[in-house]
Amino acid sequence: MSSVSTTAPNGARPVRRTWRLPITPLIGFGIVITYVSCALFAPWLAPYGEYQVVSDVPFGPWNSQNLLGTDQLGRDFLSRLIYGARNSMGIAFATTVVAFLIGGFIGIAAAAIRGWFDQVICRFVDSVMSIPDLVFTLMLLAIFGSSVWNLVLIIAALDSTRVFRISRAAALNVATLEFVEAAEARGEGVFWKVRHEILPNIMPILISEFGMRFCFVFLTIAALSFLGVGLQPPTAEWGSMVRDNAALINSGDITPLIPAGAIALLTIGVNFVADWLLGKSSGAQDV
Amino acid sequence: MSDMNEKKYWAMELSKGRISRREFLGRTLALGAATAMSGMIPSLAFAEEPKKGGFFRIGMSDPSQQDTSDPATWPASFAQSVFSGSMCNNLTEISPDGSIVGDLAESFEPADNAKKWIFKIRQGVTFHNGKSLTVEDIIQSYQYHMTADSTSGARTLLQQVDTITADGPNTIVFNLKAGSADFPFLTADYHLAIMESKDGGGINWEQMVGTGAFVMENFEPGVSAKMKRNPNYHKNNKPYFDEVEFIGIADWTARLNALVTDEVDAIIDVDLRNTSLIERNSGLKLSRVPALRHWTFDMDTSVEPFNDPNVRLALKYAMDRDEIVKKVFLGEAARGNDTPVANIVPFFKDPTPQHGYDIEKAKEYLKKAGLETVTANLSCADTAFPGAMEAAALYKEQAAKAGIVINIVREAEDGYWDNVWLKKPFNASDWYGRPTCDWVFSVGYAADAAWNNTHWKNERFNELLVEARAETDQAKRAEQYAEMQQIVHDDGGVITVAFANWTYAMSSKVSTAEIGGALPCDNLRMAERWWFTS
Amino acid sequence: MQIITSTDVVTKLLAQRLALGLLSMFVVSVVIFVAVNSLPGSFAAAVLGQSATPEAVAAFNQKLGLDQPLVSRYLTWLSATVTGDFGTSFTNRPVSTMVMPRLWNSLKLAISAALIAVPLAITLGAICVRFVNRLPDRILSATTLSTISLPEFFIAYLLILVLAAKLQLLPSLSTIRGSMGFADQAIRMILPVLTLVFVTLAHMMRATRAALLNVMAQPYIEMARLKGEPETRIILRHALPNAIGSIASVVALNLAYLIAGVVVVEAVFVYPGIGDTMVSAVSNRDIPVVQACALIFSAAYILLNLVADIIAIASNPRLMHAR
Repeated sequence: MSSVSTTAPNGARPVRRTWRLPITPLIGFGIVITYVSCALFAPWLAPYGEYQVVSDVPFGPWNSQNLLGTDQLGRDFLSRLIYGARNSMGIAFATTVVAFLIGGFIGIAAAAIRGWFDQVICRFVDSVMSIPDLVFTLMLLAIFGSSVWNLVLIIAALDSTRVFRISRAAALNVATLEFVEAAEARGEGVFWKVRHEILPNIMPILISEFGMRFCFVFLTIAALSFLGVGLQPPTAEWGSMVRDNAALINSGDITPLIPAGAIALLTIGVNFVADWLLGKSSGAQDV
Repeated sequence: MSDMNEKKYWAMELSKGRISRREFLGRTLALGAATAMSGMIPSLAFAEEPKKGGFFRIGMSDPSQQDTSDPATWPASFAQSVFSGSMCNNLTEISPDGSIVGDLAESFEPADNAKKWIFKIRQGVTFHNGKSLTVEDIIQSYQYHMTADSTSGARTLLQQVDTITADGPNTIVFNLKAGSADFPFLTADYHLAIMESKDGGGINWEQMVGTGAFVMENFEPGVSAKMKRNPNYHKNNKPYFDEVEFIGIADWTARLNALVTDEVDAIIDVDLRNTSLIERNSGLKLSRVPALRHWTFDMDTSVEPFNDPNVRLALKYAMDRDEIVKKVFLGEAARGNDTPVANIVPFFKDPTPQHGYDIEKAKEYLKKAGLETVTANLSCADTAFPGAMEAAALYKEQAAKAGIVINIVREAEDGYWDNVWLKKPFNASDWYGRPTCDWVFSVGYAADAAWNNTHWKNERFNELLVEARAETDQAKRAEQYAEMQQIVHDDGGVITVAFANWTYAMSSKVSTAEIGGALPCDNLRMAERWWFTS
Repeated sequence: MQIITSTDVVTKLLAQRLALGLLSMFVVSVVIFVAVNSLPGSFAAAVLGQSATPEAVAAFNQKLGLDQPLVSRYLTWLSATVTGDFGTSFTNRPVSTMVMPRLWNSLKLAISAALIAVPLAITLGAICVRFVNRLPDRILSATTLSTISLPEFFIAYLLILVLAAKLQLLPSLSTIRGSMGFADQAIRMILPVLTLVFVTLAHMMRATRAALLNVMAQPYIEMARLKGEPETRIILRHALPNAIGSIASVVALNLAYLIAGVVVVEAVFVYPGIGDTMVSAVSNRDIPVVQACALIFSAAYILLNLVADIIAIASNPRLMHAR
């Protein structure tokens, strides 16, 4: 990322180059690393299997065998929570990456090429964005079926409209700057322009947006699970774990709060990191 | 056969119904669920005298903004209970014990080997708008489903009716194309609610006027139906509530929340996972009613490898239904035995031997088919039936022990019934069940049935089906249906996983008599059959 | 403000935006029409339920004109819609009677939530900036981050647990009906409104904070500081008016969400909003209703964004001459 700060940014003021990590991104990194390890090492960390029924009692209480009790089918809650990290994060991550590949690519291309290409895509994206996400996702899932890959692709496709907007706007800001226009005059091609001038300059914005979108995707999947079309059982997923056990809240049991808390904590961690990255590049943090 | 004999037949039919009810009560007694049951007559079985009054609110699970009062439709229990069960009456109704009794018909009797059915209409019944019920209303209510361009779900059902004629002001004669001893059960179908006829033909369904226990006050599709007591109702003392409101609450947690916070007095379709929570709550009670509804894995008997009856038997023995009932349905269902006939249906007879989990037998039948192993692709989705994917996953593991490879093919949820059901060679299916053997078999197991999901064509079975349909000798009929249930069990392509329960949760101040299981919501009539204790 | 002198510029811009909006709505109607028609199953199969025999389904499809080719059905629909006639639902009820009461319900919910959330978000955002990187900012930022990261149905369930089940202050069911009085309806709307305030507050507050911080980095704020103006005054008098444009666009996004995207909250509280209408219409394949809902949603989105742009232009006259 050092190239970011060496290239002249958008002109107003030089980016202060600081590698001293303040406390919040440190916490953020800590959280993210913990979660990623949970996801990677789930089979070793979890006391039981993801689908293994360990108790005859649905909604078993917390005890020494099942630290967080059991769920509605008598499966170990803690194990499912750990496996849930893998499934929920893996899918959200894959979705966000695909969304950025599609949206980022087209967005930057639109900004670099402009003209009718830009116009047509902008109009189309505007139209798609004006359809409520959730309802549209429900429809598309109904058409294509709710397999994991369809889920990833559909959410990514819809989410890429947001990524498109952001990356296009950011890229446009850079593309209209003098040094880029100078390069253009020099006869550099579109690809060179994107590779050497636009991409390095908008990377921080994209990365911080990545964090935010990752969280939104997470919540979208949770909402879809709520509506019964997200990740399908028996796959452990935090959103559906909250939902399946939600009735417990009524009897004063806080177990369903835990996966929700897990989602919240991860989002906070990711945002701490994202905020720091954004602040580092825009200098807003120095105010 | 003389008329006299046929009257006797019907007396026997009713008594047959009572026997099956006693069997049913015996079962519930064994489960410890039923209370005092000293006699065979429902009113004696329950000591509590129903009280009048109160505003009963019930949380329904399947509201839709597309619901209308058009009797051609009524896809789910909300529309069915509101319009068919509370606002209207049929000629007959299925009583909680599974037998058929008159409703708007005072009495009914067959003639000409059950090719002709004569219904005497109850006198003095009025519609909610004050108009008296006439035979014309009834004829038009039936004709509505029978016209050439009818969009009704009941039109196929009524294809067996040739003509409907009035014989004087209070008699209706149905002339059937062929004898049908169970015809009165058909007239209890929820579509065949009697509505006010229009001048020049047709019925006035848009007016939302019927003869039923409750008068429609306010209907907001997909939200609520509020109704008030019909003071001129023809059934003695009924209904008990002054007002009822059906409230659509599709989300199951919201439904339970509404009950817990006293926003409603009862809810239907309790999520299986919540039954234990309800039982822990002293202010609530839970009611489980064995239903006709059952869940199956259906094999297409016309294609490899399922065209070999031995393979079918191997697959039947390779399923541990007890484990599935325990783990997937959390004990809230009854294991199946590879027939589609529920134990509350008249002429039910459990075929032998029980198809329990038996790896050795499964292997033996595979060997008989000349196979070491067999691979079956089971098409499934969660929409197929609640817990279908979990059941399939367990089945896969169980069958593997017998050398049978089950590949679970996850199909798209939406459109499952259009693209998978009836089309894929091995698929999961959800049957709401029908109240008679004839009906169950005609809909899904006859060679030419529209929903013959197993593509099963058994000559003997199809012969018996036609014979039994018109048979009026009670004992002979019982024999025929017993044989048919045995044939499906041995030769058919259906693996019956389990029979469902209807589950209701209600505040402890709500009282019920015996609850009918032929249709949801106490055979759709909970509004007129239930009452408040205090 | 110099808007007066540039009225023609604004009018031209408005006209251009409206034309583009109409184009968007046309694209939406095509996309949705194709999507609904690609859904497996049919209205007939949905409303006939387990009695959907092939004969009945065929008769139904014929009655509804579903046996006509796709393009001609679309054109028929389009020509009726451009005259303002949403047509008849497959249930034989006019689409407007199915959609309008629900839209009104949704608007009531959205407006109530927005009236609380928008001023609150801006105030809290300003407080964050006033105490940037100090305790109040950190606490507010962390809290809103957690509310933004909780699934909305979870917030809803928690509110039900605390306020309805335990404290028994409010009803858990928000099924408002025409037969209810105003007060009863208002009480039943409190919980969903609260949920939506929680859900939207964080996003808008963070946007306010970011926009204000952005403005605060401008040289003229330094000037104001050097002149010795108090920080609060600088934020309210100098920064906020200049940040209002970008805040408005985020507010518009959230308002659009409040009108159309609250399907989950509607489901939890059983609130009869327009989101539920669309979901129900989609699952029952009631195509005219789906189309009407999609058009309404897209119109709302376009109009709200347009208003946001106007606000942005009004607050920053320089934008009027840009591009």
